[in-house]
Amino acid sequence: MSNKPNSYTTGPDEHGHFGIFGGRFVAETLMPLILSLEKAYEEAKADPDYAAAIASQQKHYIGRPSPLYYAERLTEEVRAKAPEGQGAKIYLKREELNHTGSHKVNNVLGQILLALRMGKKRIIAETGAGQHGVATATLCARFGLQCVVYMGAVDVARQMPNVVRMQLLGAEVRPVQSGARTLKDAMNEALRDWVTNVADTFYCIGTVAGPHPYPAMVRDFQSVIGREVREQAQTLEGKLPDSLVACIGGGSNAMGLFHPFLDDASVEIFGVEAAGHGLHSGAHAASIAGGRPGVLHGNRTYLLMDGDGQIAEAHSISAGLDYPGIGPEHSWLHETGRVTYLSATDTEALASFQQLSRLEGIIPALESAHALARAVDLAAERPRDHVMVVNLSGRGDKDIDQVSELLAASKKEGAGA
Amino acid sequence: MSRIERRFELLRTEGRSALLTFITAGDPDYDTSLAVIKALPEAGADIIEIGMPFTDPMADGPAIQLAAQRALKGGQTLVRTLDLVRELREQDDDTPVILMGYYNPIYIYGVDRFLADAKEAGVDGFIVVDLPPEEDGELCLPALRAGLSFVRLATPTTDDARLPSVLANTSGFVYYVSITGVTGTAVPDFDAVAASVARIKRHTDLPVVVGFGVRSGDHAAAIARGADGVVVGSAVVDALRNSLDAEGRATENTVPAVSALVRELAEGVRSVSKDT
Repeated sequence: MSNKPNSYTTGPDEHGHFGIFGGRFVAETLMPLILSLEKAYEEAKADPDYAAAIASQQKHYIGRPSPLYYAERLTEEVRAKAPEGQGAKIYLKREELNHTGSHKVNNVLGQILLALRMGKKRIIAETGAGQHGVATATLCARFGLQCVVYMGAVDVARQMPNVVRMQLLGAEVRPVQSGARTLKDAMNEALRDWVTNVADTFYCIGTVAGPHPYPAMVRDFQSVIGREVREQAQTLEGKLPDSLVACIGGGSNAMGLFHPFLDDASVEIFGVEAAGHGLHSGAHAASIAGGRPGVLHGNRTYLLMDGDGQIAEAHSISAGLDYPGIGPEHSWLHETGRVTYLSATDTEALASFQQLSRLEGIIPALESAHALARAVDLAAERPRDHVMVVNLSGRGDKDIDQVSELLAASKKEGAGA
Repeated sequence: MSRIERRFELLRTEGRSALLTFITAGDPDYDTSLAVIKALPEAGADIIEIGMPFTDPMADGPAIQLAAQRALKGGQTLVRTLDLVRELREQDDDTPVILMGYYNPIYIYGVDRFLADAKEAGVDGFIVVDLPPEEDGELCLPALRAGLSFVRLATPTTDDARLPSVLANTSGFVYYVSITGVTGTAVPDFDAVAASVARIKRHTDLPVVVGFGVRSGDHAAAIARGADGVVVGSAVVDALRNSLDAEGRATENTVPAVSALVRELAEGVRSVSKDT
């Protein structure tokens, strides 16, 4: 653990390992598919036409680069409550302005262009909050591919606007009734589909997890976030950011922001897990804070589980963070100490959701609100010339129904007390 | 000679294929599953596969998913699964027992401790679905060093180029997965399976057994013509499930129901006599 690597950006090794994490823990049926995917991705990476196609679609279809926005009123509110001279300058990386409303589309674009190169006609995906499903359905519509999205039945109910969106985009949404009927079970079901339809199907995984090469590949596609931030911070502030903050479910928006900065020792990096009802409540989704290394969904990583190695059910107010694991590279960054992993509760996220809406006219996704909740605390403890970048990974329109119900319920509770 | 080798040797002299039956440990409770397993050799099972229940059985269809859920709800753990084998061994020291499942519960138990405890309990080998040859250092090689078999799955996607690496560290026998898909969801194409078994046999002298999708005595007979063994899982688990009461509890019919199906399957396998 004290063994600090010379660089944090060279992983994974050829077996897909980040330290002890990662790997290829899949059924034999899938192994040849994963090897051929790895080969196709290595070839694509070396092909300038592939990079050019991604860049063109990023600019003209997704709307990149996304702005780096100085959240002036949020910063002022932090400073008003902070000790004298304290209160970092908070910037928001506006990934919610991407087409489809979140960072998810960055990864999907890369994978769909890869699927086209490989001649795959049928795309499957798992989704939690529905953001990855919507992004996948969108790009399948754009490129004329068949799209099947697996979504836990519980998530179908709490993220109905995204279900309707996916259906409008021509995707088939299959509600998953097995297990806890959330993201983990959707991923199980997508893997079962892939093992059945090996010839024509491309599995578009939505986060930096799964068997190698997915964690590295998805990270590469998301790293556009961090690369843009480097340039934008130089332009706006004449320096690199002093700190980065992002929410973590599987951890793709965080990995995309963090990765280009891992070797910049001056940059403090914070990941924020979902603490649900609290880390000691047993009802949370904080794999690093409350889990330990295990093997699930193709990789070794921190997982929530019981003493017998049975995977626990995660809980979070946010469907996108409601997963009992985390990408393997995060597990490694935690163990090496390069990234500090914190958490925010449902209640804190809900408060930040309202705070940003009120102060900046930006309704954040409940996922991103977890990052905001810790960011305001961290900012209050840092000097005013400290530049902090918070990844605003998604927009909150999808959460409005759920939030209004929660607020109505808490008002009622308050009135009764 | 290991129990597995002795069993296949015996079957060769009898001129027939093996019947391997799968049952999930602790489904729906420990005592019932022990009674079911104890009745298997008598009913005609030549090798017993015991499923180690896991919350996230990614390679299994609905039948075995539900069996795992019933077992976990009934309090089954890996320790209790080893207890089952230990109790079976009190009455049967000849029938090979293979534990089948997913890696995480073993990893959390601790690989070295698990191998020692499994060996002591009377386990002969393992099939761990999510450990391909690329992860042989995790459990396969330690198991071989401990004198236990690690049975590999070969599948329709395992081509000739890959087959040698799949067979390299496999021991006991090779398990050919007859379909691309999860357990118990499709009936295999018997001609294609026979061709695949022949292909694998060109690469190895180990017995080749076939599973996934075998549901009846007729299926078993069709597979037994080309393969050294036939594995039946979901159909056995379904027979058990259909014997449960409305609350999912075992009934007096549970053990007989499973035994009856196993007898039918055994007749199918034994109806095919093979030259030695």
